[in-house]
Amino acid sequence: MASKRGKSPGQSPGRSPQSTTGDVAIDATQDVSAAGSELANAESSIRTDQIDPGRRRMLVTGAGVVGGLGAVALAAPMVASMSPSERAKAAGAPVEADISKLEPGQRLTVEWRGKPVWIVNRTPDALGGLEQVQSQLSDPDSENSIQPAYAQNETRSIKPEILVMVGICTHLGCSPTYRPEVAAADLGADWLGGFFCPCHGSKFDFSGRVYAGVPAPTNMDIPPHKYLSDTLILVGEDQQEGVAA
Amino acid sequence: MSKLNDTVAWIDQRFPLTKLLEEHITKYYAPKNFNFWYYFGALSLLVLIIQIVTGIFLTMNYKPDGELAFASVEYIMRDVNFGWLIRYMHSTGASMFFVVVYLHMFRALMYGSYQKPRELLWIFGMLIYVCLMAEAFMGYLLPWGQMSYWGAQVIISLFGAIPFGIGDALTLWLRGDYVVSDATLNRFFALHVIAVPLVLIGLVVAHIMALHEVGSNNPDGVDIKALKNSQGIPKDGIPFHPYYTVKDFMGAIVFLIVFFTIVFFMPEMGGYFLEHANFVPADPLKTPEHIAPVWYFTPFYAILRAIPSKLGGVIAMGAAIVVLFFLPWIDRGKVRSIRYRSTAFKVLLFSFVAAFIVLGYFGLQPVTDAGKWISRICSLIYFGFFVGLFIISKNEKTKPVPERVTT
Repeated sequence: MASKRGKSPGQSPGRSPQSTTGDVAIDATQDVSAAGSELANAESSIRTDQIDPGRRRMLVTGAGVVGGLGAVALAAPMVASMSPSERAKAAGAPVEADISKLEPGQRLTVEWRGKPVWIVNRTPDALGGLEQVQSQLSDPDSENSIQPAYAQNETRSIKPEILVMVGICTHLGCSPTYRPEVAAADLGADWLGGFFCPCHGSKFDFSGRVYAGVPAPTNMDIPPHKYLSDTLILVGEDQQEGVAA
Repeated sequence: MSKLNDTVAWIDQRFPLTKLLEEHITKYYAPKNFNFWYYFGALSLLVLIIQIVTGIFLTMNYKPDGELAFASVEYIMRDVNFGWLIRYMHSTGASMFFVVVYLHMFRALMYGSYQKPRELLWIFGMLIYVCLMAEAFMGYLLPWGQMSYWGAQVIISLFGAIPFGIGDALTLWLRGDYVVSDATLNRFFALHVIAVPLVLIGLVVAHIMALHEVGSNNPDGVDIKALKNSQGIPKDGIPFHPYYTVKDFMGAIVFLIVFFTIVFFMPEMGGYFLEHANFVPADPLKTPEHIAPVWYFTPFYAILRAIPSKLGGVIAMGAAIVVLFFLPWIDRGKVRSIRYRSTAFKVLLFSFVAAFIVLGYFGLQPVTDAGKWISRICSLIYFGFFVGLFIISKNEKTKPVPERVTT
């Protein structure tokens, strides 16, 4: 009871004009039945301090929950509209690359899903270095990196000399530079060639495997790819059947 | 004159015009000892207005389209009447916004303007700062140059560091495509032009309302409301108008001389305000040799690069901003102004500022081993400031604070 009394003064400023009109209405229209008597009941219940706080709380909570659900329902399509559209999803078609003119040591770039995909014809020296740097790498066996199963080997490729790789650094998405020269001045005397990201200094070997102690967390991605002939590569489709997810 | 008075009276019966003017301008009593450092709040407001007005006119000719954006900016620069002026005012305004806001924040650190009862005022200010960074970042993508493109690529990828698969889903959602593309450009345009500015203006109103509720701090950190005359006016207070409107007007003139000197004679600021790589159209297949954000982000960028772990770097960079929000509770001191605080506080504050500037420098440079180590040391000093402040402010040996402001 104490709490109900405590509430009523708070209500009175807002309620008083209403109750005045209510009184007048009741006096003037004695014979108006349904609506009038309900009003009279409501008025008397206020006057006798019979506010039901539980009911009021239930109504406020209920209205809040329904309104909140409505707001979420309204927000959902707007949030969803920011996800890739159907057109963007459809744009990921596989691309062909002709490597017949790619000499050892050279690199070719093709665009797949808006990203650069590199095809590098590695020299025997470059392949030889892969063994030597093994101990300096953070994921030498590509266990935590993204590549198709058929490219999870030391050369990370189908044919040992031909590397097909997404040219995006796994740190923050820059495109690293191709640095095949051994012992480059800025990369140290023990540099055996590979890829270097100028944005944040991540280093990768000739298989795109990341060195330890640099910001990039994993090796560079190998996209699904297959050989249509000896010199024609299809990027975006697996060696086995079907298009990669 | 009476015609005007009648009009004002007519309005006052319907809208609290006189009340608002008195509360915020003619009868807002500010401490009489404001110094040079107190220009930068009003100047921030001036730059905000410059940005909004020039921004409106830029949108009349800009095309938020991956195919057309770069060319439309060149069109504004070459063919639109005075387009070069409007664009250079907007690009210079972006950098100058950060200049005045950093000085404004330094003032708050020096004079303890974030301390009780101004905690909320400080938090609104920090929210404005975060909004401003979002605004600047999204605006920088719009010219669709190489630096725009790869800067956005790097910053969006930051969110990819969040573990449990959330990061990748979030970056995909933010870009609206598998790479930064036309979809990204278009949404950044929407956010830059309407969403963030609306929030920004709301926060500026809240910032000013909070300021006028608690009253301005001053270089002595003295509470002027403690001593009032018989009319209830602080003895050390003077009305904002005409005293500080005149002072700020003077400051605005000097500021505009500097501002337009940059606009007319060095709008690129040697590659610091407009980076050279951004004069090349965006190429998703080729990252520029050296990419760095615009100067105002580089202290945080240097912290990111200093840490040899993707998630760790992102956390450290985020923490460097988040920790500032807690400053009013990290500083447990009772004395506000640097004038009466201990030598330890002065050493901490100035090493913090020095570390911030050094970080800013190394964030602009290509990665080197020496730079990495210096950045690491400066990151430690940056965070050390907050730890040190928390410790020393408990039992700080301060000088006696005067009862009235000094001149």
